[in-house]
Parts: sequence; C-alpha cells; structure tokens
Amino acid sequence: MSTPLILLALAIIAIACYVAGTRRALAIAGGLSSNLHSRQGYYGSFVAICATVPAAIVLAVWLIASPFYINSTVMSGFPEEVKTQSEAQQGLSFGMVGGLARGMDVLTLEEIDAVSANPAELRSLLGTKGVALAGDPEPWMVVSAGDLNAMQKISSRIMTAVVLIIALAGAGLSYVRIAPRFRARNRVEKVILSALVLASSIAIVTTIGIVMSMLTEATHFFGRVSPWEFFFGTVWDPRFAAAGATASEGQFGLIPLLAGTLYIGFVAMLVAVPVGLFSAIYMSEYASPRVRSIAKPLLEVLAGIPTIVYGFFALTSVGPFLRDISAQLSGLTTGEYANFIQAQSVLTAGFVMGIMLIPYVSSLSDDIITAVPRALRDGSLGLGATKSETIKKVVMPAALPGVVGALLMTASRAIGETMIVVLAAGVAARMQLNPFEPMTTVTVKIVSQLTGDLEFTSPQTLVAFALGITLFAITLCLNIYALFIVRKYREQYE
Amino acid sequence: MNMMSEAAVEKALDKKMTDMSYKMIGNDVSVYYGEKRALFDVNLNVRENTVTALIGPSGCGKSTFLRTLNRMNDTIEGCRVTGKITLDNDDIYDKEIDVVELRARVGMVFQKPNPFPKSIYENIAYGPRIHGLARNKADMDQIVEASLQRAGLWTEVKDRLHEGGTGLSGGQQQRLCIARAVAVSPEVILMDEPCSALDPIATAKVEELIHELRANYTIVIVTHSMQQAARVSQRTAMFHLGQLVEENDTDKMFTNPDDQRTQDYIMGRFG
Amino acid sequence: MTDVVSSPAGVLAKPARRDIGIKRRYAAERRFRAYGIAALSFGLLFLALLLWSVVSKGYTAFQQTMITVPVEFSEQVIDKDNERATDPQKLMTANYPIIARNAVAKALGVAESNTADLRAVNQMISNSVRSQLRDMVVANPQIIGTTQTVSLLAAGDIDSAWKGQINLDVSEDNRKVSDKQVGWMNQLAEAGALAKHFNGGIFFNGASSRPEAAGVGVALIGSFYMMLIVLVLSLPIGVAASIYLEEFAPKNRLTDLIEVNINNLAAVPSIVYGLLGLAVFVNFMGLPRSASLVGGLVLTLMTLPTIIIATRAALKAVPPSIRAAALGLGASKMQTIFHHVLPLAMPGILTGTIIGLAHALGETAPLLLIGMVAFVANYPTTPMDPSTALPVQIYMWANEAERAFVERTSGAIIILLLFLIVMNVGAILLRRRFERRW
Repeated sequence: MSTPLILLALAIIAIACYVAGTRRALAIAGGLSSNLHSRQGYYGSFVAICATVPAAIVLAVWLIASPFYINSTVMSGFPEEVKTQSEAQQGLSFGMVGGLARGMDVLTLEEIDAVSANPAELRSLLGTKGVALAGDPEPWMVVSAGDLNAMQKISSRIMTAVVLIIALAGAGLSYVRIAPRFRARNRVEKVILSALVLASSIAIVTTIGIVMSMLTEATHFFGRVSPWEFFFGTVWDPRFAAAGATASEGQFGLIPLLAGTLYIGFVAMLVAVPVGLFSAIYMSEYASPRVRSIAKPLLEVLAGIPTIVYGFFALTSVGPFLRDISAQLSGLTTGEYANFIQAQSVLTAGFVMGIMLIPYVSSLSDDIITAVPRALRDGSLGLGATKSETIKKVVMPAALPGVVGALLMTASRAIGETMIVVLAAGVAARMQLNPFEPMTTVTVKIVSQLTGDLEFTSPQTLVAFALGITLFAITLCLNIYALFIVRKYREQYE
Repeated sequence: MNMMSEAAVEKALDKKMTDMSYKMIGNDVSVYYGEKRALFDVNLNVRENTVTALIGPSGCGKSTFLRTLNRMNDTIEGCRVTGKITLDNDDIYDKEIDVVELRARVGMVFQKPNPFPKSIYENIAYGPRIHGLARNKADMDQIVEASLQRAGLWTEVKDRLHEGGTGLSGGQQQRLCIARAVAVSPEVILMDEPCSALDPIATAKVEELIHELRANYTIVIVTHSMQQAARVSQRTAMFHLGQLVEENDTDKMFTNPDDQRTQDYIMGRFG
Repeated sequence: MTDVVSSPAGVLAKPARRDIGIKRRYAAERRFRAYGIAALSFGLLFLALLLWSVVSKGYTAFQQTMITVPVEFSEQVIDKDNERATDPQKLMTANYPIIARNAVAKALGVAESNTADLRAVNQMISNSVRSQLRDMVVANPQIIGTTQTVSLLAAGDIDSAWKGQINLDVSEDNRKVSDKQVGWMNQLAEAGALAKHFNGGIFFNGASSRPEAAGVGVALIGSFYMMLIVLVLSLPIGVAASIYLEEFAPKNRLTDLIEVNINNLAAVPSIVYGLLGLAVFVNFMGLPRSASLVGGLVLTLMTLPTIIIATRAALKAVPPSIRAAALGLGASKMQTIFHHVLPLAMPGILTGTIIGLAHALGETAPLLLIGMVAFVANYPTTPMDPSTALPVQIYMWANEAERAFVERTSGAIIILLLFLIVMNVGAILLRRRFERRW
C-alpha cells in the first residue's frame, strides 16, 4: 500500500473506533451516560487515539529511517572501484541508480529483459517514458537499481503490515479497557496537552533549524575559506567558476557588504526616526480623535505594503527622479548636465527604506509614549508647563528606554530588509562614503549567490549561509537587547 | 511649634480673614463631560491665605470643580466649562488668559504622588527651569533647598538630592510633589485628595505641612475625610450630586450646618 | 452664603506679573507642533506618491491594444500537402504568424511583394499569435480554408505607442515604432480594427518574455497554494502553541526561553527563513525547488510567530471571570478553554491570522532563495509542481527592461495590493463586528 492509502486506512480505523468506543461506553453504562466517569464521546476518542497515534508515529519513523537504511545497503553493494571514488562521485552514481529504479518501475517486464543486455538503449527508452537520466547507465547500475526497487517494495509491505497491526492492536486493547469508572477524559486531555506542547516546541525547533542548517553549511564554507578572510576581508569578488572547476576560489570579504548594509540602514534611520517619532508624538499628544482615527490607519497602510512594491517604487520613480534632479542641479551650478546621483544608490535605497520604516517607528513609539502614565503629564501640566515642554522634558525622558528599544528593533529590520536593496542599492561591493553612489548589502549578496543553478559544494554558494548566519547573529543580538529593554520599561509602569 | 506661637499665628490669620479678600471667585460654574453634566451652577469663592476644603460623597463633582480652578480639565477630551471663574479679578477662561501662566500661579498636587522619574533635585528644579525663575545654578540650588524646607523634606533628603525621586516612600513622594508645586511660587495650591494614598503617619506630616503653607498660600483641598477637613481647613464647602450644598466656616459646618444634607453626610448617613 | 463681594484686588494695584517667557515658549510650542504635522504629512505624502506612481503607471495594464481583422486560414500556408490526417505534428508546427501578418497587411493594403513593409507589419503583431491561431486550428481543424474575424494581440511596442507611453516627437531612429507604423496604427484605428480592449490575459496568462502576452495566472495559482498551506498549517499549530503557552505552561526558564524565542522569530529577517527552507526542505529533505509546497512551508514558519503573538493577546483579553465561572461548574481546564475561552478569542485570532496571511502573501525574499524565480508558462496542477508567486512575478518583471513591462509590473502590483486591501478590510470588519469590550 502506498503512504496516502495507509493514511486513509488509519482515518477509517479512527472513525470506526470512535463510533465503536462511544457505543460500547453507552452500552456498559446501561444507556445512561451519567453512569460514566466521562462523557461517552471521550471513550470513543480514547479508543481512536490508542489506535492511530502509535501507528502514525511508527509510520513516520519508518518513512524517515528506511530510506537511509536502504540507501546505505544499496551503496555497500556497489562495485569496489566505485566505492574508492570520491564522495561526490558516489553521490552522482547513486543519483543515477535512483533514476534508473524509478524508470524501471514504469517499464514492463519484457522491456526490462530486452534492455538489460544493452544499457545504452535504456536511457533513450526511459526518455520516451518521461524519465530523464543524467548519463548512460552502466550494467552494475541496472543491477543496483533492481536491488533498490526490490528492497523498497519489501520495506513498503512490511511497513503496511506493521502499521495496520499496531493500529488494530491499539484499538482492541483500548476497547476492552472501557469501563464506567475508567477516566477516559483525563487520558484524552493528556494527549491533547502533549499535542499542544508539541506545537509550542515548533518555535524552538525552528530556531534550532535556522542555527543548525546555517551553521552546517557555513562550516563547510569555512572549510574552504578561512574565517579570518571572511570576517576581515575587504574585497568581495566571489568569481563564479564553472561547475567543478577549482582554479579560482575568489575572495569573500564581508567588510564591504557590512559597510553597505550599515550605511544604507543609517540613511534609512535618518529618514524614519525623526519622521516616525514626530508623527507618533503628534498623533498621541496633539491630534484630535478624528484626525488620529484617519491618520493612524493610513500611516499603517505603509507598513502593510509589501517591500517589493517599495523596491519597484525606488527603481522606477525615486531613483530616476534623484538622478534627473541631480543632473539639473549640476547643470544650474556648473553648466554641465551630469548627474552626480546614480539611479541606484545608497541614498535611493536608504530613503525608500526609511519611508517603509516610518510606520514601524511611529507605531512602536506610539505604544511606548502612551504607556507613560497620565499622572506624570498632569504633574507637569499642573506646574504650568506647555504641552511641548511636558513632552520634551517629562514624557520623552520617561519613554526614552522604550523608544531606544523600538529604534533598535527598527534598525534590525533595516539591516535584514532585502527587496528594496536588491532593486535599488546596486550590486557593486565597494567601500566608499559617497551616498550618491551604489553600494551593496549582505542581503543582496545572499540573493545573488543563491539564484540560478546551485551547487552545494562550491564556496560561491556556501558563502550565502555564512552571510546568513552573520545577519542572523546581528539581528538576534539587536532584537534580544531591544526586547529586554522594552520589557524592563513596561514592567516599570505596570 | 509651641502652643503660644500657634495661637498667635491663628489670630493673625483670623484677622486677615476678616478682610474677606477673595482670591478666586466662581460664578455659575457648570462642567459637562460630553453630554453628561457634572457640575451645576456652582458659586464658590476662595479666600486668600485660607485653606478651603471641598467635601462630599464620591462623584459629587468636588474634584471636577478643583480642576476647573487651574483648567486641568482642558486636558480631558470632551470637557466643557461654562460660567465664570476669576483669579484676582481676571477671568481665567478668558481668551486673553494664558493657561500656562495660570497654572504657574495656581499649582496642583495630585491624588497619587507622581514624581517624575528623575532625581529629587531635578523634580523640584523642573518648574523653575521651564518658567525661567532661576538666573543661575546658585539661584536654583537656593530655590530647591527653600522648597524642600517648606515641604519639610529637606532634612530627610538633603544627602541624596541626586537620587531618583521614585525611590522615596509614599509620604515623602507626596511631600516632594508639594515641594515641586511650591518651587514655582504659585499663589494658589490645589490639592486633590493628597493623602488618600498615604498611611496615617505620612498623612499627619502632610497635614502639618498644609497648615504651615497657609501663611503664604491660598489652598484648596479636596478630601474624603471629614476629620481631615476639620483639622486643616478654615472654610469648608459641601458638594452633592454636582451641586454646592453649603459653604461655611469649618467650625460651623461641623457643629451646626445650615443644610440638612450636610448634617446627614457629616453624621455618616450617606456617602 | 455666596454673597458677591467685590474683591479688593480691583482697587489695589495689581502685583507685578513674573515674566515667565510666555511668548518665547509659545513660539517653541507652535514650532514643535509644526514638526509633528510636517512629519505626519511627509509620511502620508509618500503613501500617496507611492500609490499614485503605481496606479498611474499600471492602470493601463488592464487594457490591451488588439487588432481585429479577418484572418484567412489559408490551407496553402498551414498544410499545403494535406498531411494533417497522417502527421499530427503538422498543425502544431505550421507557420501561423504568416497568416496573421498577411491578414493585417491586407487590411492595410500593403503589397505582398514589399518585403520591407511586410516585416514592419509583422513587428506590429505579437508573437503570441502563433499559439493563439494554433490553438484555434487544433481545436477545430474545420476552419482551415475559411476566413474568420480574429482579434490579434498588438506587439508590446505598438501597445505602448497606442496608449501614448512612447514619445513620438523624438526622431524616428531613437524609438522603437517607426513613422510608417504609426501611420498604419492610425489607419487601422480609423477603420475600427485597432482598439483597446479589457486585458483578461494579465490575470490568466503564464510567464512570457513578450509583455503583451505575459500574465500573473501561474503566480496567482502558486500564491493561492501557498496561502492554503500557510493557513492549514499555521492556524492550528499557532493556536495550539498559544493555548499551551498562555493557559498551561508553568512559568519557568524553559517557557521564558520559548517566549523570547517567539518574539525574536517574529523579528528575524525573512531572508533567513529562505536560507532555512533551502537548506532543510530542498537540500536535506529533497523536496523539489520552485514548488509552492516548499514556499508554503517556509512562509508557514515565518507566519507562525505572528499568529502566536496575536492569539496569545486574544486569549489574554478574555477575562479570568469567564474561566472561573466554567471551572466553578466543574468543567475541566481543557473544556473551559475549548468551550469558552477559545470561541471568545476567535475573532481576535482570525484577525491576527488574516494579517499574518496578508504579510505572507506580499513576502518575496525567502521565495527567491528556494527557486521560485522561475519562468513557468503552464499552470501548476499540484503544490509539488514548479510555480511562482505574485510578488516574485513582480520582482521578475521589474527586472525586465522593456517599457511595456513597467506597465505590467505596476498592473501586477495593483492586483497584489487589491488582494491585500481585501484581506485587511476583512480583518478590520471582523474586528469591528465581533469586538467585545470587557
């Protein structure tokens, strides 16, 4: 049976168990559900859970584990000369075997007999059936593929049998346990609780997944390029080499990317912080409820617009506008109409990113500012301070730690932003200070290293993970520090 | 302060009281919160260098009236005031009158101590600084010390002026807030149940302070406690359901009130 | 008692007022307020500019210039040796563009011998007529030999020129449409053959290198699959996790860690999720690249923290008195939560989920890494097939140089924004409808 069929069978068993369990519980109670410890549905659920959960767990483990076992058995059956080859070569061969095995499934027995003598024809035959092979198969591969298919078939049969037996056994054992004083509800609730725990552990698993996956790939990268060169190198020139060629390794200096990231983020904050902060102050302290009820959602629309739209806006509107205006300016001052602002530049990307960040700054600091107790405001106003004096000298100093936390969170968003910089910042990894010139960022390079054909062995691909873990580490520190500050700040006024 | 001098002070003050100089005059004052009317045509005058206590059951409008006196009601959305309130004959709701200047002359102490999250020194210095009352650091130091002296807090905090104001005890915090109000040299100080968040000992200290402040300031205090009103005030006004029931000398009020409702309230029949 | 006594202050000279710098302080007050208004206006101005820029560039994408002419399905061209019964490939590979070109040339009165003019005519029709006419013939071979009136897509440059997006005042050499073609364009328009029609293709077509035939059909399907996966996975998992953390979890180091973790995950750059997806789902688990399944899984992980945070807030907003009431009646904790707390929190949870989904719908960066930047012309039938997504399609079109693609990109952005508006308005209505104040 195939996996979906087994799942379907399990579902049917579950429904049957639920119905049977419910009926039996009611029957034992003499038709009066008040004689039971739990409502009769819990007994049905209990039987259904006992039948399906262990079976499903076995199924999952089998599905994950068996390919490893089968693959290693098949690979150990490879000819000696293949086994002495490099790991990558063996991987390629195994891929061929796998393809062959899939292909042989769609062939009839006669066809297999006909071509096993002549493997070269096999490839073209499989081609017509829609299975593409990377190269001409060798005779031993056909044998291995046969082994593979046979083992997979046996494994699938055993799995079906085991899963179904466990399901039926679970159903039977739990069915007989039904009794009026049996605490079915407590059992069922325990299972639900474990499901809840499992769900909440996904958050942890995701973090572990992020760290582990990136660390693994980054370690492979650092096996090729020394961490010193990566973290302190000032030249970024990865030199895409043809697959397999090892002649040019390229240079992977992080510094120019980091410089670009921080520079663009800085420009963005320069736009977002004053605008966002003053908007928040105006809306929370001055605006009438009517104005606030219109302006606040409108400003939040800015946060709902996908970053790709900002990127497009930067690419087609802001960039060309800045370029043309700079040409006009230089024309007016020097008489020579040469643009000194590039269409793709630190300024363009930073400015548009700043606009994107305005609602983050304003809504985060709005929360913080409104958390300042009214009593403090009254105290200051009661002494005869003007509104702005109260804000500048009492409210903002009191809100400062919270606002700093909010700004750190915003900064982490600026550093991790991708689409705007991909479209508007440029791709040249340069170290310079002119905001009118293009620079590039860590995120841009992650994207450009990973689009197109990938080879998980070349440093050109792996460097993206090293960049990724650097980015993750930076934003993690910023976020955790910011969360810490904001939490402390909130506790102060609760 | 010994008995003799206290009696002398009382006498001097009583003499002053007979001059009947009204610091603030409220004429037909009504307050609306949106559609709801909270105060009905209140006529109440506040005498200079006198402690006037506003009493009455919860929600009777005494705090609302207090807040009209320095226009703190302006900070509440949807609040509207009609009628006329004067401070030294100037209509404080006149367009010409500046609310900042008004509040500099009519200071306020709130129900809950609300020191700014700054040092003790900065808490006191804040008012004089925004109003530009000190010409230099020495001036400011002097204002701070004098204000803390007046609030009877100086000896307790003089060694930790630069520590946070929020680290003080509740009673100390409230006296700090009073010192903060005094530092601006207001003419009138409004106190909105200043002792409701304090323990009896701290309350006694604050009451003593109010007593002393009377010599230099006109004080209006809202209180829930009849005993407190009797202890600290010379005049008492009784509010009920948004109306001024009676205003009288404190002594008379608590012994022989004119209005039956005052009698009932003082006897504890409602409220 | 309230006798009016005239204050002696009226008689006495007023005491000198202290100078507390009112004028200067009010100037500062006004300045400060002006900064606030300026900042707010700045933000709103750019919102308006952004939307205006997208809409003004993009609304024309929903119209497409078509040339409607009688097309003769000449047997001579399609199948001159009459082999279509024996060779099915014949109808597939016939030279259909010639038929279309001849039809337009005839309508314009261009001689068949004038090869230069014929080439210019050919440039006016989209290359996609090949598949358009081929599909007509394959579906109904009877039309061979007849003449049918067919609406043909105009080429991208003609489309742009007709919509007035190409400046025809610059010299002929510097633009992609010649004076002669402009003349023809006007001639066809006068005859009623060339006109703008509603462009359904932008909604239904797949990827194409020709802007006039390109559409977001595949991207819409891909995005739909991904949203479905995100919804089906993240809503139950997110709600389950929140219930545990909010209602059951003991307050200890571990739950504190999970708490910090979730808040941090919500702030991790989205591109990091792309790296995770690439390393785990594609490289380790061997799921196909470019599949909407992988995209959906990645977006699920990305959306989960948002949903968990929203759900926890919604659960927290249900007052403890409700829990106490149910527990007091002898309900178990689990029953209390599932029977009372969860239904009351549901509007808040759904609002948070919709907002999370809207965010996921507009997310681009992680999808680039898992290979959804693909040229996919055919509809994906399952989530395992190669596909692309709406924002990724926008990204790919934004990188195209042709003028007509700028219009298409803006058009696609308008479609994306419409979806987002619908979702967000839905969330707002939901909140308004079911909002409960305790």
